[in-house]
Amino acid sequence: MSQTVNDRRPSSLQGATLPKWSPYAIAGGSIALGLGISAAAGLDSKIQWGLMAAVFFVAASYGIAAKVEGRRQAKDRVATSLVWVAFLLAVIPLVSLIWETVERGVKVVDVYFLTHSMGLVTDTEPGGGIYHAILGTLEQVGIATVISVPIGILTAIYLVEYGRGRLAQAVTFFVDVMTGIPSIVAGLFILSFWIIILDMGYSGFAGAMALTILMLPVIVRSTEEMLKLVPNELREASLALGVPKWRTIMKVVLPTSVGGITTGVMLAVARITGETAPVLLLVWGSTFINTDPFDGPQASLPMYIYQQYANSGGSGAAYDRAWAAALTLIAFVMILNLAARGIARWKAPKTGR
Amino acid sequence: MDISTKNDAVPPPVSPPSEAEQKRAARGATRPGDRIFLGLSRGSGIFLLVIMAAIAAFLTYRSVLAISKDESNFVTTLEWNPTAAEPSFGIAVLVYGTVISSIIAMVIAVPIAVGIALFITHYAPRKLGGPLSYVIDLLAAVPSIVYGLWGALVLAPQLIGLFGWLDDYFGWTGILDWQGGAPRSLFTVGILLAIMILPIITSVSREVFRQAPLMHQEAALALGATRWEVIRMSVLPFGRSGVISASMLGLGRALGETMAVATVLSPSFEINASLLDPGGGTFAQNIASKFSEASEMGRDALIASGLVLFVITLLVNGGARMIIARRAEYSGANA
Repeated sequence: MSQTVNDRRPSSLQGATLPKWSPYAIAGGSIALGLGISAAAGLDSKIQWGLMAAVFFVAASYGIAAKVEGRRQAKDRVATSLVWVAFLLAVIPLVSLIWETVERGVKVVDVYFLTHSMGLVTDTEPGGGIYHAILGTLEQVGIATVISVPIGILTAIYLVEYGRGRLAQAVTFFVDVMTGIPSIVAGLFILSFWIIILDMGYSGFAGAMALTILMLPVIVRSTEEMLKLVPNELREASLALGVPKWRTIMKVVLPTSVGGITTGVMLAVARITGETAPVLLLVWGSTFINTDPFDGPQASLPMYIYQQYANSGGSGAAYDRAWAAALTLIAFVMILNLAARGIARWKAPKTGR
Repeated sequence: MDISTKNDAVPPPVSPPSEAEQKRAARGATRPGDRIFLGLSRGSGIFLLVIMAAIAAFLTYRSVLAISKDESNFVTTLEWNPTAAEPSFGIAVLVYGTVISSIIAMVIAVPIAVGIALFITHYAPRKLGGPLSYVIDLLAAVPSIVYGLWGALVLAPQLIGLFGWLDDYFGWTGILDWQGGAPRSLFTVGILLAIMILPIITSVSREVFRQAPLMHQEAALALGATRWEVIRMSVLPFGRSGVISASMLGLGRALGETMAVATVLSPSFEINASLLDPGGGTFAQNIASKFSEASEMGRDALIASGLVLFVITLLVNGGARMIIARRAEYSGANA
């Protein structure tokens, strides 16, 4: 406590303050205390000492600050440390998830793994690969993208450029509601309509239709936001020159916002690539390579992870393959995400902000 | 040259324009391209509405078929035997599991998400704010099946210590009693769901906090308020409805999450008062796990439970969107 007294500023406007390094010192102390107690009590869970350290940190910073700076400042410090703790709590799972996936997946991922299917490899033996699953995922996501991009963009154009009145309000509301549809419900809908009533059989296309339902509202929302950013002056200038409205939209509005729309589409693709539930219901899964998405069961990357995990009865080889497939999937989704954000920054419309 | 046609008082001499022509003249010339384009884009909008209606219609149709064959009460029955000679299935266990796991997820996620949102908008150094929100958004980009794999193989073993501790000190409550089974319970699911819904609650709350009027905050600072007092008095009251609707959006996600739950939970069709013991089930998890061995009747029964889930998420999401929309009208922040 003696240092803090020495640190008191001469100014009469400011009360006693803790030195700037005090939060770090308290943090270090509480982590050491947490580690020490876990070591002494023989606890091996990382979660426990982390929680203990967090509690010590908050308690210590309140106590010390209340003594030196007063209760109001102490409350402020507690709030600050709680906010920091909240942020760290969120970062820990992300780091752990990526770390574990990379560490366990990288053992198995190689060229052989990426270019061979699981045909004739049983779940418990090592070997095999994810070629059939990558193929299935690319085809299903490709079909879903081809269907939903034009419909989504046209809907957004309707809402921004034409939409007045009840119909537009209804569409806006239901697009919002549609974003919240659980993926398994979209799968059940296609199941009841396509497979049970029309009796069409499991196929990649059925899965792609469910993915379309999940993708459409995301594309509509993001495209709508981008079209709203296009300055009205551009539209007015074009219309004043006698250009028809539809050509104005095609030649002026869309090119101006193409960067943002592409970003939205890529984020939507990244989102549906990881969808497992509808694929599980509609594509059924296969260990062989099936290049035809319209006929017969296919595989898909997320479903492959689930099947390797669930059907293998805890075999190490299958878990390794599941982690490797998860690594491939995360890499694909993250690259798509990074590229999308890159495009957004590069092509952002200049709005003068 | 044709100004007179627009004036109703002086009809043109040759032939008075029909009502339709007058309307068209008032709107300006419509070219065929314009009409086709409007038709296409309006058609797409209507197509979306048709999909929503079709989802409701088809699910209801199959559900009615299933429920009419159900020999027991669909709401209160504690078993799932749609393939038996006398089909008997009910959603009571699923309602319990879904509600409990979502409540646990919300209790953990909402305070942390609000904390992160405040951290990004008011505490972090300005240069860090952008990258930090990006990191949180990355959490949302991780596919749910990968969360499931991580939850089952990494998170669950880590929770053994915590479960033991909770059982030692709070086991007497009955809710936190633990028999020592694998930690694949509704509580584990709740923790995992909390991690998964953090990003959406954070990103919506962040946007709301960012809109909090700067004048109020500066005024409070000028009166000598600490940073926490500024937040408590001017930021949080402003953002309350935004946080509520963000939480409801997160709740919608948690209710419908399938693969993470199906991977982590070791399900059983019973209601267990203890949150830490394995067992229970949720709507989405039940559909995913029971589907592959379901007969036609079994599929219809699962569709019936899916319809209930659909209606619940519809209500939660619709409510959240209405709160957001109402707030946007008079907030003044987006004026």
